[in-house]
Order: sequence, then C-alpha cells, then structure tokens
Amino acid sequence: MRVAVCEYGAGNVRSVLVACERLGADARATGDPDEVARADLAILPGVGSARSAMQGLAARGLDDALRERVAVGRPTLGICLGLQLALEWSDEDGGVRGLALLNGRAARLQQGRVPRIGWARVEPGGEEFYFAHSFVADTPAATATSEGIVAIAEGDGFLGVQFHPEKSGRAGARFLERCLSPA
Amino acid sequence: MPLPRLIPCLDVAGGRVVKGVRFQELRDVGDPVELGEAYSEAGADELVFLDIAATVEERETLVYLVRRVAARLAIPFTVGGGVRSIVDAEALLEAGADKVAVNSAALAQPELLTALAERLGSQAVVLAIDATGGEVRSHAGSRVAGRRASEWAREGEARGAGEILLTSIDADGTRDGYDLSLTRDVASLVSVPVIASGGAGSAAHVAAALEVAQAALLASILHENPARLAELRTELRGLGVPLRDAA
Repeated sequence: MRVAVCEYGAGNVRSVLVACERLGADARATGDPDEVARADLAILPGVGSARSAMQGLAARGLDDALRERVAVGRPTLGICLGLQLALEWSDEDGGVRGLALLNGRAARLQQGRVPRIGWARVEPGGEEFYFAHSFVADTPAATATSEGIVAIAEGDGFLGVQFHPEKSGRAGARFLERCLSPA
Repeated sequence: MPLPRLIPCLDVAGGRVVKGVRFQELRDVGDPVELGEAYSEAGADELVFLDIAATVEERETLVYLVRRVAARLAIPFTVGGGVRSIVDAEALLEAGADKVAVNSAALAQPELLTALAERLGSQAVVLAIDATGGEVRSHAGSRVAGRRASEWAREGEARGAGEILLTSIDADGTRDGYDLSLTRDVASLVSVPVIASGGAGSAAHVAAALEVAQAALLASILHENPARLAELRTELRGLGVPLRDAA
C-alpha cells in the first residue's frame, strides 16, 4: 500500500512516517499534490497553528488535492491538527477557514489544563491514546470521544483523530494497522 | 484530565547515556535508544532526554540521536539542554522530537518562548525551571536568576510555554520526596500541565507528587533500570494512582 504523508511545514512528519514503515507500508513524505491525490492512503499530520498550516497546504496545492481525493472517497487520515483543519472553520488565530472535508468547527478547549497533554481513554473501544492539543473539534461527524471531547470523526473517505496514533505505543500501532489494511 | 504521567529522564552527552555526581565524573551507562526503548516497554508514558554537555559541537550528535530515538520509539519524547534558538528547536523537532525544553535561554531572552510557541505550537514548548527556596537558578543551578519560580512559571505560560518542568534543586538527589510546596505553588498559579522533578525515593513520593502535578519526572530512583519502572508502576497502582494500560 502506498501512503503519502503530507509534508507542508507543519508538524512531526517523521514520526508518522516511521510508524507506517514499521507496519510495513510504503510511506513517503511529500508536498506534491498529484502524489497526495493518487496515494492509496493520504495522511494529514499536523502540530502547530491552524493559520500557518492552512497557508502551508494552500501554497503547495495540497488543499485541493485532499478535497479531490476525499470527494471520490479515497481513504484519508487526519491526525490532531489534521482533524481540526478538515473542519469548516477553526477559532484558532482569530479564525481560519478549514478544508471543509467534515462539517463543524474547532474551538478552544474550555476545561482542565490547556494544552491537554497525556494519555486518555477513547470510547467506544476503551483503549488509551496520547493527546496533545489546545483546540477541539465540534462536529456532528464524531464517532468516538475521550472525556467528553471528540476523539474520532468520520465522513466519506475521511477519518480524523484528535490523538496521536504514531505516539500511542501498542494501542496506536493497532489503530494505524487498521487504517493501513485495505477495507 | 488525562491520566497522570511517569516520565523517565535520561542524561545524555556525546550521544550516550551518562551518569555522574559532577560533570568531571561522567560515566557511560549505555545507549539512549536501547534504554529509551526498554523504558517504553516497561510502561513509560513519555521520555525526556537531557543533553547535559550542551555544547555547540554537541548539537549535531544530539540531532542524530533524536533521529535514532524517533525511528525506534512510539511514545512522545522531549529533548532539553542547550536549546537557544528557533533553529535549534526546529532541528530537534524535525528529527522527530515531540517537544523541546528550554531553561537558561528563556531566562536570558523570554521572548524566545513566544517565538517557539508561534512556530511549533505551545504543546511542543516546555519551560524547564530549576529552583531553590522558591528562587529560580539558571545554567544548571549555578546562577541566581533573580526571579520567583511561581512568577516565572506564570510569565512563561503567558508567553506561550505549554508545560512547566519544575525541578527543585533542594530536593534533587535527596530521595526524600518531591518539593510539594514548590510544586503546589506553581501548579496553582498556572493552567498548563506541571511536571514535578527532583527528590523521588519511593512510590509514595511519586504518588504524592501526582496529587499536585500532572506528571512526575523519574531520574535517580530508576537507576537506569527499566525493571524498576515496571515495579514502580505496580506499586503506584497499589496506591490507587490510575496509570495507563501499556499493553
């Protein structure tokens, strides 16, 4: 399986890459929109701020490439900021328009210590994953939560996770393996 | 709130794990990747690699080490020691580190925290504070910084730090327990997570620290022995501390 990990100047591309390689995938970091549009699986990782991330995607034409593949139902995985960018809007940096692959918006976390950093249980499933975020998705596409926060959101072809499977030990590897196995 | 975290700390120099009472007496105790992986297997929630040599020549060795660690480890890790600029921090993150810890450079130039947070996101920026009697020290504890730890933590948070790694110089190495009053003072003033550091001698000490802080740094209590971490986790569970299921 060919995996394209979007490289756009925002985030820990290397960890995602090595996690995929460890599971036997042919993964490449790339900023090439054609490669992203055609890969069997595209991964949109991301840490940092929404505005500079959206600018980084647009500058490389990766925003359209992602929309294109999701429109035809090609599997696409967004991780952390990658989930938040997939929404229509983020409140971060004074407000940023997202990719609109899913309905909803990203809002600042209001409870507990922020950034919310550490391992937390995701339901359904009951497995624990590593989170590190200050914003959270507010979306009707949510399919799993962690302490009342959206942990997973899904649409046609798009799967977004707020946690970092590539940093979540064995539970994370099991999760990525499911993403990498053809449906 | 996420589960309390146990974070083994590995002192590194020249790409190796080292140990010593003073800089002159450094002893090589192993390969950071192997030890890090063994800690990860034993249930570490995160790791910290602290470059205690932190010379300019050392930077390339450190980036290479981070690359090797990232290729093998599937848990988050922080790198600290000698991070002085955005360029330093970016090189470490690009090599696969999840966070950088800054200490003396942030004291000398507090706006560095803001620049790092804007560039990397707050979740990647750890402000490391060393304190004695509630007063901040810089340069591995050798210089008086002229600030209260609690005030500096608060300023650091306002400037963009996403976590505070708080080391009590008074408690460090004593194995008499963490400095709970210092930790409580800082944790009550900031809303970012606080990592307590220095003084752990028993599971009860760690449990007490996790009542006031969100994570506990583990150094000499582990003796570079991953089996000790596994035991400690069992003891902590026995004391009612909820830890993740690492299986």
